[in-house]
Amino acid sequence: MKELALIAVPFLVAVVAFLWPSERTRPWLLPVAGVIHAGLSLWLLIAPPVLAPGAWFGFDAVTRAVLPMVSLLFLVCSIYGVAYLKLRVERKNRLFVFALLVLLGFLSLALQAQHLGLLWVAAEAATLMTVPLLHFNGTARAFEASWKYLLIGGTGIALSLFGSFCLGYASLNAGGSGDLTFGALAVQFTKPTSQVSEVINLWHPWLIAAWVLLLAGYGTKMGLAPMHTWKPDAYGEAPAMVGAMLAGGITTMAFVAVLRVKQVVDAAGASAMTERTLLVFGLFSMFVAALFLLGTPDFKRMLAYSSVEHMGILAVGAALGKVGIWAALFHVWTNSLTKGALFLSAGNIRRAAGARNENEVSGMAWRSPMSARIFIAGLFAITACPPFGPFFSELRIVRAAFEAGSTFTAVAFLGCLLFAFFGMTRLVFAIVDGRPRAAARAVGDRFRETAGVILPPLAFLGFSIWLGLATPSLLHAAWSAAAKLLFPTP
Amino acid sequence: MTNTLNLFIGLAMGLNLLALASSRLPSVIRAAAVQGMVLGLLPLLIEKEFHWMVWLVAVGTIVVKGFIIPNLLRRALRAANIDREVQPLIGFVPSLLLGAAATIGAVALADGLPLLPEHAGSLLVPGSFATVFAGFLLLIGRTKAISQVCGYLILENGIYLFGLLLINSTPLLVEAGILLDLTVAVFVIGIIMDRIQKEFDSLDTNKLTSLRE
Repeated sequence: MKELALIAVPFLVAVVAFLWPSERTRPWLLPVAGVIHAGLSLWLLIAPPVLAPGAWFGFDAVTRAVLPMVSLLFLVCSIYGVAYLKLRVERKNRLFVFALLVLLGFLSLALQAQHLGLLWVAAEAATLMTVPLLHFNGTARAFEASWKYLLIGGTGIALSLFGSFCLGYASLNAGGSGDLTFGALAVQFTKPTSQVSEVINLWHPWLIAAWVLLLAGYGTKMGLAPMHTWKPDAYGEAPAMVGAMLAGGITTMAFVAVLRVKQVVDAAGASAMTERTLLVFGLFSMFVAALFLLGTPDFKRMLAYSSVEHMGILAVGAALGKVGIWAALFHVWTNSLTKGALFLSAGNIRRAAGARNENEVSGMAWRSPMSARIFIAGLFAITACPPFGPFFSELRIVRAAFEAGSTFTAVAFLGCLLFAFFGMTRLVFAIVDGRPRAAARAVGDRFRETAGVILPPLAFLGFSIWLGLATPSLLHAAWSAAAKLLFPTP
Repeated sequence: MTNTLNLFIGLAMGLNLLALASSRLPSVIRAAAVQGMVLGLLPLLIEKEFHWMVWLVAVGTIVVKGFIIPNLLRRALRAANIDREVQPLIGFVPSLLLGAAATIGAVALADGLPLLPEHAGSLLVPGSFATVFAGFLLLIGRTKAISQVCGYLILENGIYLFGLLLINSTPLLVEAGILLDLTVAVFVIGIIMDRIQKEFDSLDTNKLTSLRE
């Protein structure tokens, strides 16, 4: 019942928010939904329910390993949202609050989906609900970003639908009855491997087509290069908290979709193919991101490229067997929560400076000292400096690469991280140091660093350190259970 | 039965070429709309016994793809006061030739793929591949937002055609969900196009260039 409540509560609060008469008090509905959602998912994390066989959705081990993170991310963002929307009284917030809550509902549904078709429907709906969030600012640039997001995201999601159909057809050819739940699919493909190769030939081409299309489709949602082009535009134009939800929520949903499909394809005995493709996409994403990080002048777009880099890290982790998947799930947590700190503090800096380009912004250590400090701490956290969480999760991925015997992967991985570090420190210190610009002074006087906009990013930083230094054993157990489910062979 | 089915799918494949070759936006919209309606009829042909869910999906598809979406697009067309795709990235003749080559290639490719016995003689798989390719070509090769949306619709039509392979074995609930999502998608696209038109005073996506490295 609690699983269903995770989906129903955001939808219900969304309807209430839509009907709520007061613009001023409506944003408070966000933390209300956030607290209930976080409470429910914490409860389910501690006492996971038993998944009914053949169920279309439910709180299985994989959901348990990631959904509490999305819930926590939303909770902290929602508290920031109250302070943020108070600053933006000139814009109507009815659609914004409504869409954010519906997005949370669809994310909960997609992360719990055990059925190929249901997963697609939820992922597509979540994609569509982010569009009103992207053009909240109502500028021409915001509409341009929304258009690109719709077109690229829509094409990606169409490809994943095509891939889902191919996987369904492969299962029919393998003698399946048309049951498209992930458990049933994995079983259907496992059976014929003991049979003669003629049977395998019936479904193998469809399986490969399905993997390619689904990886391209959900990879577009994740933002793996070269399908990442929507990301800088969307993250650059979206309000800070929306960027944090995109980078931590939507991408996590897409990554989980890739993992679930990989589990099915692996069960069919094609794990060599899935791991190789994921490794190539992952390293390529890290490489492309490192290149762009060295050049971009815009600190909000920088966060987008950093997100591309970390999606690459997740893909590399997922390609390295059970240990790698464990580390990737760990990295989902550390990356998303650290990104939260970066996005929210970057949003503050953006408001205080009135610009986002390194040529127009400098001396932010004086204009918005707290946000600048959080931004610098977040920078060191996301570029994997100890004692922050990403250091430990990336260390585990590197170790998994060495254990798997692929020294090249580990070396390329570390090389990309190094260049990303150069690129990001260059830009961050260019905007933080120096003398404040005259233009920034005029705008900056209006922006005050209140507790409402400082405490949420600070909380994210706290989570990042906490995950690194004292990872709760409960989460350890949850990730192990998920890795075991996703990678059953020892 | 298969013959009627193949006739309809052949018609849909012909409409791909029409959409690729035409420079006038109203005829591209019409091609996508007629194709959507033709495909909406197919579940009724495939499903032998009467089932209310099948009828619901068929009627829903025809209404949404044949009337609601095209009307939305025509309204955008009138608001933007445009009629033609002036400078496509891939010209009309090259895209027609590519589309024709893809149709032949799709038939050849589908020959090499393993099919279930009941789908052996049907054009479902090649029709789907050719339509998806035509949709992609429109999406990539045109610069007007409306042509790109038509490309997206044709792409979706191709995927829908492939989904018909599964209609006998998977619950239609999923297909209903897919249809719903598509409707909302195009609705959202329509709203964004309207705003782009107001902000940029044009529906030419070549003008969307302020976001870049």
